Amino acid sequence: MQITSPGFKQNARTALDDAPLQRALGNVRKGFIEKRAKAATALPEFDVLRDNARDIKDHVLAHLDLYLEAYAEKVEAAGGHVHWAETADDARRIILQICRDKNARTVTKGKSMITEEIGLNDFLEEHAVAPVETDLGEYIIQLRGEHPSHIIAPAVHVNKDQVEADFRRVHTHLDPARNLEEPTTLLSEARGVLREKYFEADVGITGANFLIAETGTSVIVTNEGNGDLTQNLPKTHVVVASIEKIVPTLDDVSQILRVLARSATGQDMSVYTTFSTGPKRDIDPDGPEDYHVVLLDNGRSSMLGTEFQDMLRCIRCGACMNHCPVYHAVGGHAYGWVYPGPMGAVLTPSLMGVDQSGHLPNASTFCGRCESVCPMRIPLPKMMRHWREREFSRNLTPATARYGLGAWVFFAKRPALYQAATRVAMAVLGRLGRGKGRFSAMPLAGGWTKYRDLPAPEGGTFQAQWAKRRHAA
Amino acid sequence: MTSSAPQDPPHADVQNGGAPGGPRVGLFVTCLVDLFRPSVGFASVKLMEDAGCTVEVPAAQTCCGQPAFNSGDRDDTRAIAASVIRAFEGFDYVVAPSGSCAGMLKKHYVELFEDDPAMKARAEAFSVRVFELVSFLTDVLGVSAVEARFDGTATYHDSCSGLRELGIQSQPRKLLATVDGLELTEMRDSDVCCGFGGTFCVKYPDISNKIVGEKTRTIADTGADLLLAGDLGCLMNMAGKLKREGATIEARHVAEVLAGITNQPAIGGGRR
Ligand code: SF4
Repeated sequence: MQITSPGFKQNARTALDDAPLQRALGNVRKGFIEKRAKAATALPEFDVLRDNARDIKDHVLAHLDLYLEAYAEKVEAAGGHVHWAETADDARRIILQICRDKNARTVTKGKSMITEEIGLNDFLEEHAVAPVETDLGEYIIQLRGEHPSHIIAPAVHVNKDQVEADFRRVHTHLDPARNLEEPTTLLSEARGVLREKYFEADVGITGANFLIAETGTSVIVTNEGNGDLTQNLPKTHVVVASIEKIVPTLDDVSQILRVLARSATGQDMSVYTTFSTGPKRDIDPDGPEDYHVVLLDNGRSSMLGTEFQDMLRCIRCGACMNHCPVYHAVGGHAYGWVYPGPMGAVLTPSLMGVDQSGHLPNASTFCGRCESVCPMRIPLPKMMRHWREREFSRNLTPATARYGLGAWVFFAKRPALYQAATRVAMAVLGRLGRGKGRFSAMPLAGGWTKYRDLPAPEGGTFQAQWAKRRHAA
Repeated sequence: MTSSAPQDPPHADVQNGGAPGGPRVGLFVTCLVDLFRPSVGFASVKLMEDAGCTVEVPAAQTCCGQPAFNSGDRDDTRAIAASVIRAFEGFDYVVAPSGSCAGMLKKHYVELFEDDPAMKARAEAFSVRVFELVSFLTDVLGVSAVEARFDGTATYHDSCSGLRELGIQSQPRKLLATVDGLELTEMRDSDVCCGFGGTFCVKYPDISNKIVGEKTRTIADTGADLLLAGDLGCLMNMAGKLKREGATIEARHVAEVLAGITNQPAIGGGRR
């Protein structure tokens, strides 16, 4: 996927002017937050589970190589194949090769952010393999030629009327006079269309929410059941997952599952939690004959041992963006790559380079709401600040910001000079602003006064007045 | 002012210096209060003196360093932090009328000195003494009521750092409930950011404007006469937006109302 993060400011401007998008974002604000809060308060041990979840992943990350090997052995023992992909390109080629070996024309896909990360759909299409997204949200944006704007609700930016128009445009084999008023009619139409695709597909591709080292199992959580059909009906199942998805045991997965859905949608559990281990065995009535796992690194191993390692605990629940005022304002596409919101603001610079995505860790008020809801207790603001530090030390901070900061630092480090200068400045400003009490324009403060007035100082600094008062006493 | 021992006094390990008349407090004025709204500083002094503290204001203070810290300039932040720590050593408590600056002093100074054990120890000893003003009055001094009067309806915005770094939420509301004539009404989403974010609001003005616009809508919906908060940065942002929108609701720092110092114009308001 083409990265447009360098144009974040312009992307944001466009998003702010997009009225239907702004209406859709209103739903994010209302829907997810209340549901999560209810689910979290209903479970007394929720915060303890968050601690456990964090500890489990920290342990894995400290021994990632061992757990990956253990996992791979179990997959092979169950009759599956493991492929190691260092880069996105490696992963794409491996998957294409599997499709070619099976003479695949159509592949069905369960929802997977990793396949977005590696740009799989475009690549397969270029090589005469037709990918069909089976998650409703993903299906909608595939029809629209778009990318997800949210990691668990990919089409959250699209409204019902737009979906209806897309379905009428694409599903031309259906009666043009059909009624698509109700959201449920859209759902059943998509179901009907997709049902046929499951049977046509030669290969089914899914992501994984977890990979269990103890058993060689991949786990997906879904609400529509499309993931199960994607991985069970075609003859070949390909799991594409990044290396940090590993958890040691079934017990560990059970603990993390208890915080995942609650944080994401406020459900106790997703409707489907599906475990798959290797291909169909002789005793199984159904399942794929061939089972492949593609393990993607794509820059993650170089985050280990750095100040960004904690980010690898992320379980992609989406809570951070659901609670982010910046995400609420501009939506997911403005971030310009696969991962939006606070988690994207940390992850995108790690995976794509901070020179491409320098805006993202800067476009945060550091309100801290993301960290307060993150089930994995990832210190997101702190890590965004670490990116700012890297930018600053590499001179990537914009020059105007640097000079402004430099001047301010010069005074902040010299209290006597600072007080002498501010005493005069504030007395003057106070007198200028005295009548109205505010300025509607101010040189060098255009960023502020474009949209708001600047309250005038009362006049005379506290320090100056305090010194006078002490003197008089 | 009424005091009662808090049920579970936090930081009971912090000893009073034995100064006559109670603890010796160093007021960290904060740069915005120093420059824009000295009356918040005087209100803070009054509240603490009424509660029996001796308040001093070290001259060698400027700013907590957040603009540098949040711009990724760690070296300069460290230098500023070291001079703040030096200026406030020897006080029983360090109190700031801002959750954001108090959070910086209390939660972030220590992490600046990871590679310097001697400074780290000093930063740790410093950080346990640091409090935000309202939390200091209630949680440390056990103040449960103030003697002040304000006739009108107020709504309180929870500034982010105070709320999420320092757990300040019930304390200001409890004290405000004891102000004669004041009625408190809650806005929707009082815990949602106002879009200030320090340098964020000038680096990303379009986004900041969208966020503060949502905030002023929830403020206006309460029908209150007065907006209160514990951080001058957020207040200047919200008051500036309210003024630009032509709203009549006034904005003040919570300390002004608690101290009964409200004869000066509200934030962004002119002389009458
Ligand atoms: S960073 Fe935390 S809140 Fe955000 S998606 Fe990852 S796990 Fe969820």
